[in-house]
Amino acid sequence: MHIRTVGVIGAGVMGTGVAQNLAQAGLHVLLLDLSTDILQQARKEIFHNIRLAQLLKRGAGAKEDTATIIDRITFTTEYTPLQDADFVIENATEKWEVKKPIYEQLDTVCPAHCIFAANTSAISITRIASATRRPGNVLGIHFMNPVPMKPTVEMIRGFHTSEEALTSAGQLLTAMGKKWVQVQDMPGFVSNRVLMLTINEAIYLLQDQVASAEDVDRVFKECFGHTMGPLETADLIGLDTILYSVEVLYESFNDSKYRPCPLLKKMVDAGLYGRKNGQGFYTYK
Amino acid sequence: MEATRAKIRAFLAKFFQHADLKDSDDIFALGFVNSLFAMQLVLFIESEFRVTIEDDDLDINNFRSIDAMAQLIERKTTSHLAM
Repeated sequence: MHIRTVGVIGAGVMGTGVAQNLAQAGLHVLLLDLSTDILQQARKEIFHNIRLAQLLKRGAGAKEDTATIIDRITFTTEYTPLQDADFVIENATEKWEVKKPIYEQLDTVCPAHCIFAANTSAISITRIASATRRPGNVLGIHFMNPVPMKPTVEMIRGFHTSEEALTSAGQLLTAMGKKWVQVQDMPGFVSNRVLMLTINEAIYLLQDQVASAEDVDRVFKECFGHTMGPLETADLIGLDTILYSVEVLYESFNDSKYRPCPLLKKMVDAGLYGRKNGQGFYTYK
Repeated sequence: MEATRAKIRAFLAKFFQHADLKDSDDIFALGFVNSLFAMQLVLFIESEFRVTIEDDDLDINNFRSIDAMAQLIERKTTSHLAM
């Protein structure tokens, strides 16, 4: 299948990154979110990040105009334009109650050949597929943040996902300059089943006053050679997203080892979301 | 041109507190900031000097030193006046 137009649902951190990456790859993008305010903010964000990419590009080379790239993105609050979509990447909040109605809508509006990829870090792809009448055309692509800079993604095969859908997703990812690791559908996949538990436990360390945030991160960076510590990573991902993900793991496995740390809940209730609003385990200007 | 340099110097002083920065020093080579900082410089120059940095000017070499930035601003403001 030749993919020309890609719908991107959700203009948060991941959605804007995906839209930017697709536009830079020359694809036509339909970026959908609930309000024009969110979309305006997303446009600003994407404009800024494309310029940054231009700035970091080595040598003169044949640069494409920032305007040309951003003009490939149509910002919309309506589902109707998605009737032209060959592929949809959904990046809505990590809550089943939020995602389910989105897939029901998409299933009604999008053409039969259109493939749906859930950019989720924890929710079951098989469960998402059950909300549609095209379970063979539903798979998971777990992009990493920041999307345009991260070279590899997890590709998740749901119970009914067809070989053709996986091949098409691979073609799209190749166009975006990405490689992938294919894994089976089980909550949290590989990455987040380990990462979310690690971050949650690191927050327990802080709560139990075993070490400061800086020191927890130093152990990972200086002893293990990780680029970032778990608490810095949590700030980058967003503490609200971490909490949703841990809750999804807890609900999916019904295993108490996934219980969210009370300090994490408290910080999210207090509005400390990490980098995106300036305050998490660290303060950002 | 000197006023331009002074404004850039004042902005950089916030990030290079302990460095005695010369106008020709390559701020990226000094290692106190990474290349992402260049975008902050772009936004600072656009708002402070009311110029638009076009795609063609989005070259890290234009932001390497106080001299390079002053020249870029000079070029942008004079071409603006000529229009």
